[in-house]
Amino acid sequence: MEHATAVHPPVAHHVEHAPELGFWWKYVFSTDHKVIGIQYAITGLLFLLFGFTLMAIMRWQLAYPGQPVPVIGAWLGAGNASGGVILPEFYNQLGAMHGTIMVFMGVVPLAVGGFGNFVMPLQIGAPDMAFPRINMASYWAYFVGGVVMLASFFVPGGAANSGWTSYVPLAVTATTGQTWWLLGMVFLITSSLLGSLNFIVTIFQLRAPGLTFMRLPIFVWMQLVTAYLLLLAFPPLEAAAILQLMDRVAGTSFFLPSGLVVSGQVVQISGGGNPLLWQHLFWFLAHPEVYVLILPGMGIVAEVLANNIRKPLWGYKPIVYSVVFLGFMSFVVWAHHMFLTGMGTTMSAFFQTTTMIISIPSVIILTSLFLSLWGASIRFTTPMLFALAFLPMFGIGGLTGLPLGLAPTDIHLHDTYYVIGHFHYVVAPGTLFALFAGIYYWFPKATGRYMNDLLGKIHFWGSFVAINIVFFPMFIQGLAGMNRRLYDGGIQYAHAQETAKLHVPMGYATFALWFFQLFFIVNFFWSIKKGRQAPQNAWDATTLEWSAPSPPPHGNFPEPPVVYRDPYEYSVPGHPADFTPQFQSDKKA
Amino acid sequence: MAEHKSHGVSIYYKVFVALMVLTVVTVAVNRVHVGISAAIIVALMIAAFKGSLVAGYFMHLFNESNQIYRVLLLTAIFLIFLMFLPLLGRWSTVTGLQHRTPLTPSAAPAAESQH
Amino acid sequence: MDIPYTVTARPDTGLFNGKLGIWLFLASEVMLFGALFSSYVLLRVGAETWPRGETILNVWMAFLNTVVLISSSVTMVLAWAALKTNQFQKSRWLLISTFLLATVFLVVKYFEYTEKFSHGLLPSTNTFLAIYFTLTGLHGLHVVGGMIVMAYLFGPGAKMFRIAPERFTNRVEITGLYWHFVDLVWIFLFPVLYLL
Repeated sequence: MEHATAVHPPVAHHVEHAPELGFWWKYVFSTDHKVIGIQYAITGLLFLLFGFTLMAIMRWQLAYPGQPVPVIGAWLGAGNASGGVILPEFYNQLGAMHGTIMVFMGVVPLAVGGFGNFVMPLQIGAPDMAFPRINMASYWAYFVGGVVMLASFFVPGGAANSGWTSYVPLAVTATTGQTWWLLGMVFLITSSLLGSLNFIVTIFQLRAPGLTFMRLPIFVWMQLVTAYLLLLAFPPLEAAAILQLMDRVAGTSFFLPSGLVVSGQVVQISGGGNPLLWQHLFWFLAHPEVYVLILPGMGIVAEVLANNIRKPLWGYKPIVYSVVFLGFMSFVVWAHHMFLTGMGTTMSAFFQTTTMIISIPSVIILTSLFLSLWGASIRFTTPMLFALAFLPMFGIGGLTGLPLGLAPTDIHLHDTYYVIGHFHYVVAPGTLFALFAGIYYWFPKATGRYMNDLLGKIHFWGSFVAINIVFFPMFIQGLAGMNRRLYDGGIQYAHAQETAKLHVPMGYATFALWFFQLFFIVNFFWSIKKGRQAPQNAWDATTLEWSAPSPPPHGNFPEPPVVYRDPYEYSVPGHPADFTPQFQSDKKA
Repeated sequence: MAEHKSHGVSIYYKVFVALMVLTVVTVAVNRVHVGISAAIIVALMIAAFKGSLVAGYFMHLFNESNQIYRVLLLTAIFLIFLMFLPLLGRWSTVTGLQHRTPLTPSAAPAAESQH
Repeated sequence: MDIPYTVTARPDTGLFNGKLGIWLFLASEVMLFGALFSSYVLLRVGAETWPRGETILNVWMAFLNTVVLISSSVTMVLAWAALKTNQFQKSRWLLISTFLLATVFLVVKYFEYTEKFSHGLLPSTNTFLAIYFTLTGLHGLHVVGGMIVMAYLFGPGAKMFRIAPERFTNRVEITGLYWHFVDLVWIFLFPVLYLL
């Protein structure tokens, strides 16, 4: 590029006197990664609450089938719930939208869009993301996708009602809401595509001097692997969504076999399609998506754990190698969701093997985190309680997944409540607890104030007890053979009679869980204004985000940070403090 | 950015001519009616060669940084898994459950509606 | 506040941000079109009969479009090479030529589509036409996207050359990478859909 430098003014050095931005540009259409991260987090939290509420309504119907929903039953609309009693079609909408909202509009935006955006650039010492405007576009694509999904409740026939997996041919012949679902997904996929390439470029290009890959905090590693999964696994779902959209709108038959019969009528279509194609394309995304849900959570737990055990994490390198291997393997296990589709023994043997292999790195990560606790003098702060609870909860979720990954046992357990129990243990008391840990942990960085400890502990213990009462009985119900999609909780089946009673305590625990989230909501808003003031390094932590002011200004660091050491140097012998931050040079110490 | 050793543009014209010739060859070969499998193999080989010319010269992939190679290697591996997908639909299916008489498309709905 | 490495390459990766970004984007595009190709193969091997493209589609129009699109790739790369030697006006004209060639491509495509529609050949007619319209339609959308960026670069975005020529050159390079990818997809689509 030498020849061009003659006419090239030194743009890199000109000083920008940014004028004070107005409200709209500062808080709404901001390009600052921290504002975007907070936008993502708050939108994600709202969607989580909404998706949880949908589930609470379903839980009432399961516990007391055919009885009007109390309090809000009258507001659901006569077309959805006549006299407050939920209609089967509406139940199906609630189920499909609960899954979609929680996965694509709740957990992923909060874990990746929220925490990834806010924390990751700070942890690598970057002034912002590599492409701030693409970052903003990513949020707004997500927002539009969310609005489309919500609006679909109001179209004729209501929202999508073919499950969050949108299996064909059911989804192709479903009501208009499914078309909106597909359009919404296209926006959500675009959003995560823009976000993920931004994350990868930022991590590769904007690391502070001295921050080599083996000095990255675990959270950054998790975000890097997650971003690769989003980048390469989402496009096949986009392709599948385009094909399903063509099937619905243009009358093609990509997923519709010849001679398809719906409600006793032969459908007039050209035929020749393959319903299994959808499942392959969907699970090619959706298995990596499982790791998209869990890896950022694991990263947060690693950060919070390291900070509160006051000693280095046990097994940094095994964790890093495991997560890279895990990310890679997650692309070759997808068909273990499809053992019952007539797959032969060769193929199911292959996918059972890969599934067993992928459990090894997960176990290594979890074991390393458990072993880190050995001999530590633990600070039981609110974030630490959530992080500690994550470990056994994720353990239960992970271990109960093994029987589902083996075809002989999966044939019995497929599509039962056992499956629901399994993945909810991974995602709800697993990932969501990790995300709560992250909120309590980084709240002082975002606002300059701590969240209230007492309210936090009530929130933790209440949620912890309630969530286990909700999900643990599902294993029992599933082993007894109760199907996951029954509108009335299975009361008309003889084999489900005994376990159907469990729906009642599960329902009450769901409402209790809802109630305990109020402590979090109150705490969140109260602490922004009235919380105890936090110093810059609120938890005596070692990673780079704590060298920035709280809240960090636009551009993050007054002085570009330099990294001198590994991420978790706690209780190093011979040092005056029990923590030695990455940004502290040896000369000063 | 990878430093390009020469900024001569003549290579682009050469590649252009090669691509044109190969396009003509693709169509010409197709006029000779060989079996469909042979035609597919030949056409895809020519397309792959043309594609590598575009990627190699126009997109400067032949002197790109290792970082890009790593990203593309990863993509290529996952693409191979993705291409594995049609095989899954065909190769290995449950045996022993097939209908004794093969169902024709017109017979299938009739059999369904009897139940 | 300035984001580092927007113009110059970071020493250890050898890349400026935009270049890594566009390659990652193209990687995801590879997976998108890969999934569609994969679906095509699955549907084709599962079909009882599959027409050869040349019996339904117009090979010569597609041949013309192949020539047009490859030419536009050449003008695109020349536009970038011209900027590297500071020939701004030449580069601008080459960009405009690329844009015009892309327009020609879309016009030919339009005639192809309307001819099919007028004969009652729609996506719903059979699976071959369904995948044909889906793949070429998606490819056409990519062409439109590229044209919008080019129009920005020779239109309102061109003034950046005076302020930050190196950055502008990078933008043209990135646009070029995308455009060559669009060309590359067509190189595969042409034989797969029209000939085989």
